[in-house]
This record gives sequence, structure tokens and C-alpha cells, in this order.
Amino acid sequence: MESNELIKYLERKALKLRYHILEMIGVGKTGHLGGSSSCAEIVATFYFYWMKLNPNNPNDPERDRFLLSKGHAALVQYAALAELGYFPVEELKKVKTLGSMLQGHPDMKSTPGVEANTGSLGQGLSIALGMALGLRLDGRGSRVYVILGDGELAEGQVWEAAMAASHYKVDNLVAIVDKNGIQATGPVEERLSSDPLAPKWSAFGWHVIEINGHSIEEILNALKEADSIKGQPTVIIAHTIKGKGFSFAENNAAFHNGALTQEQYLIAKDELERLMQGGERNEN
Amino acid sequence: MRIESLREAYGKTLVEIGRRNKDVVVLEADLGKSTRSCLFQEAYPDRYFEMGIAEQNMASTAAGLALVGKIPFIHSFAVFAAGRAYDQIRQAISIPGLNVRICGSSCGLSDFGDGSTHQAIDDVALMRAIPNMTVLVPVDAVEVKKMVEAMVECKGPVYIRINRNDLPVYTPEDLEYSIGRMYTVREGRDVVVFANGVMVSKAMEAAEVLQEEGISIEVVNVSTVKPLDVEGLVEKVRCFKGAVVAEEHSIIGGLCSAVAVALEERKVNIPLEFVAVEDKFGTSASNYEDLLKHYGLTSESIYNKVKNLLREAF
Repeated sequence: MESNELIKYLERKALKLRYHILEMIGVGKTGHLGGSSSCAEIVATFYFYWMKLNPNNPNDPERDRFLLSKGHAALVQYAALAELGYFPVEELKKVKTLGSMLQGHPDMKSTPGVEANTGSLGQGLSIALGMALGLRLDGRGSRVYVILGDGELAEGQVWEAAMAASHYKVDNLVAIVDKNGIQATGPVEERLSSDPLAPKWSAFGWHVIEINGHSIEEILNALKEADSIKGQPTVIIAHTIKGKGFSFAENNAAFHNGALTQEQYLIAKDELERLMQGGERNEN
Repeated sequence: MRIESLREAYGKTLVEIGRRNKDVVVLEADLGKSTRSCLFQEAYPDRYFEMGIAEQNMASTAAGLALVGKIPFIHSFAVFAAGRAYDQIRQAISIPGLNVRICGSSCGLSDFGDGSTHQAIDDVALMRAIPNMTVLVPVDAVEVKKMVEAMVECKGPVYIRINRNDLPVYTPEDLEYSIGRMYTVREGRDVVVFANGVMVSKAMEAAEVLQEEGISIEVVNVSTVKPLDVEGLVEKVRCFKGAVVAEEHSIIGGLCSAVAVALEERKVNIPLEFVAVEDKFGTSASNYEDLLKHYGLTSESIYNKVKNLLREAF
């Protein structure tokens, strides 16, 4: 695929993920809209282009691994997995209901394609580190990717894992910080600031790349660069907008885990459909 | 009576299973010389990960290793292994039922000098409360060896607590051990004592004294606290006038709780007495025996409880 064509393709996929997120949340039900949509471009790039995957054999040992340490953004991962055929798209409607394969946070035993149980914040990087160490022991070329939230960085365990990953010179591990600036109750900056982020990770021995996390081109370039780094782990600090793609929810902490009114739902649907039609008319 | 080190047996068995199974990996939180995981480090340095004083990261990293097919054994003192890393064990390891083995070393009051911060009187309760978790409390060095070998094949997470001090050996070398069974250490007729860990030796001492008074005590080693051998328990108690449950752990949430609930659920009516740490933290002492005595974890306590039961029974 030509690069411009690829970028357009992945942008449309990100819109499609947002569309599924909206449908899953619906009207009057709470759901993690903000943090799911802030990483839609990143998740789309991983699942629809970058990673070695085999939806027909989710346990293919040669696959790359993807973890959502910020497990509350599960909706965006469920959307991607459904699109790829890990399970029927109809399952998305049942998210967070009794007996559903789609739990409130990622559950590997319930959902094909989910690699671990995450959502108790601060643990995903450690789990990813363990996977990376194990894959290296076995001499496998698989890579491990893990998305963290910026609010999540207040968890001390993240920095234990950061230290250990550079100590063990793990270079098949890439962390992405979805730096959307807002956590459950408000701006990260006013809760427990994690800035300056780049020097922190750098001091912990990581190769640091900073990008606009909504630019597919920058995401792709960062992943290429990360692959070329040897002898140390890489972190991609992705500057993003919480609630991206939903005008009323952008940069609004109320939609960390908020419910939509009928009016908001219709506005969001209309906005997304216009953008999707602009890209590819029959996508839906 | 032969006295042997449980942790030395643990470390040596770890090396042995590591030799046989290349998927066995070991993680340590800077206590390898105490837990004896250092023996594995010498034998298989490429499969040994020193994680530093960071138990939480160690536990979740072990989850990741298990997810790519490894069988990780993680180590710290019991108080930190079960307590400091509780959420990681619960969330990352146990919900998906991963094959991580957690070794809580220097358990109970066995780290007698270090005081309440280092003495685990609640680790069994914490681990028992987690669905999918197997909880093991070995009695001696021979059982440790058999347990660790069995742990390799076991499905799902396993917690094993290891005493820091050398203890008498009761387990026959040729015992066919399997996780989930209880083992009779001494046969008797009047009262049965269900015990594990160091309390088995206290029960054996009490049984000797009671024998001289014409009272016959059966001693059963309940080294698998979870899943409890409920059938074995129910069958066993029917033959006795009463039962004592003894453990080096808080009376809340450990073997005493497990046995009491199991018997009540099965509507087995038998007088019960308990020997355990009351609802208190540990404290420093100059030797292990003094500390056990301070908390009433003695053969005298078991003796007295047996006498109480027999008074009630007649």
C-alpha cells in the first residue's frame, strides 16, 4: 500500500473504531469514551497494519503481543478485535452485560485476542516485560506493545517495571503513553503531575520518541524507529486529546466514564458518519 | 528425630525441576540467599531474574512470563510475597489462572528476630481468599521436595509458605504425595489434631505426653489448605470425640477457618478447638521457640485443648 493510501486507510479504521465505541456506549449507559477514543489512531495502526497477527489462530506463538495497561479503554480494543473477526461484531452490543465475552476491563479468558488481564492500573508494563523476557529466552522475534495512560503513571509499579526493562536491556518491548492529559476526576497536571515525561523515561534508560498520537504518519514513523533501537526499550509519548472525535467530549473529564444523552449520541453519530462518508462511502 | 532445613530443600528441588523442565524460570526480590533461590541462580543464570526490591513488578512480570509459556517461581518473604504483591497476584495472575508459583519464605513467626513487619500471620488468609489459588503449607523438608515437584505440573497459581527454621522430618521418603490430600502422621483413637507447618511437630509432642496419660491422639498433616480435602476431613472426624486445629497463622482466615466452615457446611457435628495466633501482629524475640510460646503455639496449648475436648465429651 502506498503511504498516503495507507494513512487514509488507517484513519478510516480509527473512525470505525470510534463508531463502534459510540454504539457500545449508546445512550444512558456509562462507558469509557474519553480514554478509548484518545488512542483510536494508535490502536488502529497496531491492529490493522503494524502487528503480526493471526485472527484465525489467536494463540499463534509467532504473533506480536498488544496490551492495554489502561484497561478501561477496552472498548477500543474490542472494536478492533471484532473488526478483525476475532469474534462477531454483534458481540459488541453485549459489552459489560451478564454473561458477555466482553468484560468491563480486558479479560483474556473471556475474549479471544485479549492477551492478559489488565485494568488494575500500573501492571501492564510489568506483564509486557515478562512477555518480552520470555519471548527473548525462546529466541522468538515477536514484539510486545503496551499502551499506558498518563494518569496511570502515578502508579509506582510502572517505574519499577521501567527500571527492570532497561536493566535487562529489553528491546522487544515498546510502551506507548497515551498522554491525553485528563484522568478520572480532572487534569493530570492538577492531580499528580507526571511531567516532564520525556526526561523521566530517558533517565530510566529508555529510548524516548514524542509524537502527535492522532497522526498516523507520526505513529508509523515512531514504530519504525522503535524497531531499530537495540539494547534498550522504547517509549512513545503520544500527545492526544481525551474524547477525540466527539466534539462535546474532547478534553472533558466528564466523559472519562460518562453516559451520553440521546442528543449527544445523535450529534456524535452524525459527526462520525460525515467523516466516514468523506473517507469511504460504503464503509458501513 | 531428624531435623532438616525446609528452605534448603526448596532451593535444591528448584534446581532439580529446572534441570528437568526448561520452562521453569525463577524471579527473586533480593532475598535469594534466604529463600535459597540463589541455588537456581548458580545453576541456571539465564533463567533467573533478580527483580530487585520490587515485589509488585516481580509478580506481574511473572504473569507475563507465564503468558508466553513459562512456569515462573517468584520469591520473597511471605509477608511481602502475599501482602506487598497482593493486587498483582489477584489481578494479573489469579483472575486468568496463570501458572505462577509464589514462594512465601520465612513464613509465620519463623523470622523471629525481625518483628511484626517481617512476620506473616495473615498470608494464608490472603491467598486462600483468591479464587483459583492453591495454598500449600509444608510440614518438613521431605514434603517440600515432593510439593515443589508437584507444583510444576499443577494448573493455575500456587502459593507455598516455607519456614525459615529447621524442623523435624515426619514425611516418609516413599510417600506418594499429591496436592489436595491430607496425610496421617500418627494414628490415634480419641482426638484428632489437624495441623500444618511447624504445628505438626507441636501436635506430635503433645501426643507423646497424652499417650502417657492413656489418651490416644491422631495427628493429621493438612498441608494443602486449599483446595481443602473436605472428603478426607469429614471421613476422618467421624472416628473421633473431638478435633483440634493448629496452625502458625492468625485464627482469622487460615486452616482453622477452612476446617470450621467445611465441617459446618457438611453438617458434621464435632467439638472443635483451635490453636492459632489470636488477632495480633508479631513481635521480635531472641529465638523461635520463645516466640511460638508467646503466642501460645505450643504442645502445651494443644495438650490443654485436647483435655478440654475430652472433658466436654464425657
